[in-house]
Amino acid sequence: MAPAPDADGAPRPAPVAPAPVAPASVEPAPVAPASVATRPRAGTPAVVARGLTKRFGETTAVDGIDLEVAPGESFGLLGPNGAGKSTTMRMIGAVSSRSGGDLRVLGLDPDTHGPEIRSQLGVVPQEDNLDTELRARENLVVYGRYFGLSRRVCAERAAELLAFAQLEDKAEAKVDSLSGGMKRRLTIARALINEPRVLMLDEPTTGLDPQARHVLWDRLFRLKERGTTLVLTTHHMDEAEQLCDRLVVVDHGRIMAEGSPAELIRRWSTREVVELRFGSDRNAEAALRLDGLADRVEVLPDRVLLYTDDGEALLARVADRGLHPTTSLVRRSSLEDVFLRLTGRSLVE
Amino acid sequence: MSDPRADAVDAPADAPAVTRAALAAGARPRRLGALYVAEHQLRAMRAYGWTIVVGGVGQPLVYLLGIGLGLAAFLDTSVADGADGPVGYVEFVAPALLVTASVGVAVDEFTYAVMNGFKWRRLYWAVNASPVSPPQLAAGVVLAVAARMLLTAAAYYALVLAFGAVEHPLRGALLPLVGVLTGLAFGLPLLAYSASLTDDRGQFALVQRFVFTPLFLFSGTFYPLATMPAALQWVGWLSPVWHGAELGRALSYGAPPGAWPAWAHLAVLLAQAGVGAWAARRVFLRRLRS
Repeated sequence: MAPAPDADGAPRPAPVAPAPVAPASVEPAPVAPASVATRPRAGTPAVVARGLTKRFGETTAVDGIDLEVAPGESFGLLGPNGAGKSTTMRMIGAVSSRSGGDLRVLGLDPDTHGPEIRSQLGVVPQEDNLDTELRARENLVVYGRYFGLSRRVCAERAAELLAFAQLEDKAEAKVDSLSGGMKRRLTIARALINEPRVLMLDEPTTGLDPQARHVLWDRLFRLKERGTTLVLTTHHMDEAEQLCDRLVVVDHGRIMAEGSPAELIRRWSTREVVELRFGSDRNAEAALRLDGLADRVEVLPDRVLLYTDDGEALLARVADRGLHPTTSLVRRSSLEDVFLRLTGRSLVE
Repeated sequence: MSDPRADAVDAPADAPAVTRAALAAGARPRRLGALYVAEHQLRAMRAYGWTIVVGGVGQPLVYLLGIGLGLAAFLDTSVADGADGPVGYVEFVAPALLVTASVGVAVDEFTYAVMNGFKWRRLYWAVNASPVSPPQLAAGVVLAVAARMLLTAAAYYALVLAFGAVEHPLRGALLPLVGVLTGLAFGLPLLAYSASLTDDRGQFALVQRFVFTPLFLFSGTFYPLATMPAALQWVGWLSPVWHGAELGRALSYGAPPGAWPAWAHLAVLLAQAGVGAWAARRVFLRRLRS
């Protein structure tokens, strides 16, 4: 029954990009619960996976991945739907057993210490699963009980977390009356009721409108500043860039690349991208005439992407060749470009 | 945090602090998880508590009045015997109605509510992410439903007493417990079945119409099972309602000579509940731990 300490004794590669320590926040309340803030950052890795594999019958959903999440780090799994992100999250969350490889969460094996691991996690699922029979505050209190917390502690934390989630005036509201963004924030507040060491978020802002997403990112960023370890999946590049210190690009259950967003872009893309549209029928034909202008050319159904370090100069050379796209745009490379390069596919179809 | 023994037994002295904290925090939910689930379920039931109370008191009242003032007054011979000879019709029917009410609670709580938990509102998945295990989740759901059955059956018994439809009121006080056991003998297999469904394609309506209603009608509820054609009596032998009703009758006015012994009914009910509990546990585990 003893937890396997080998995960601790095993050689541990340094995280690629240690989480930057944020300066003391000058923001006034609301604040995250104090104990989240004061957790030490160094020490036992939150998650260590070696050759982690999950098979469902003939299908291999997760195909031997290695990853390590340091305490206080904000770690992302970026990939398209069906890449194996959620399955990986379920294994880390100790609700799905692995088919192969090794996994330690907070130094414990999920196969033997599921309840202990889950007692230290906060889980924000892809689909909200709040209890709509209960009011907002009750959802938090009832959930805290599952962690063995006393009713008094649950009530205190529920009040703090409602403030943190900017839902104080909705405390007694029925869950059904809340907007999508509010439900999401309530779900995150619920996931924090046990003051988790690791907060796991599966597609945290999918389906929210832009304003609600920014409010949510702001809340998550505060948690990150206060040292909560975040593990999240997303298929939105902007979300990964906003929230992740370090991420892995996952496709077909394998890790394609790993690094900070900036590192990944530096390694797998150019500084800038020129997007040209010639009209759907003419993109491929025009791309032939662009040969040799850029480091790399990608032809998508609706546009042609030219990878270069100087977009404006390239645009001038395009005009010199007598090509006149209907629209042109010069932008910075993003993780979308990294993904396209690594997999030959767009992230969001 | 709470249970220092967990530390001492489980954690080696050199385990990191985070590991030790996790080991300590897991101890209480490992022990009490099912109770936390029951607490949540009962809290949620308050949202429709009014329906539960009105249904729990109103339905027996309507049945007992209807049968006591109508059917019983109309019948001039006794349909059944107890230990001391013929018994009144309301006395005969009351235990069967009581256990049926409890089975009705099972139909209420172990069908659509389970689909809600797994699929529609995904409530069980939220619990699943907490330290509580799938068997504890299933046990907690059952505990809460058993509490509602007990409430319903106790209200029923109070009305049965008020109607004077019990010969041995003290022994009869066990009737609510027989109600709960009967409800679980029917309900636990139903819970396992509901938990195994990934889609509601009308199965629950079929359970209501072609399982619950026939059991209610063919289980010797309104007349002794022996008066049914022999070819149909097997329905009663399989039916928790018949076993529960007969056990209840034995408590209320004593079994006539030649009847099944009470322990046999008790054994069948316990076996049905036990098989259901085993199956439900398995289905919950399979579904939540894939």
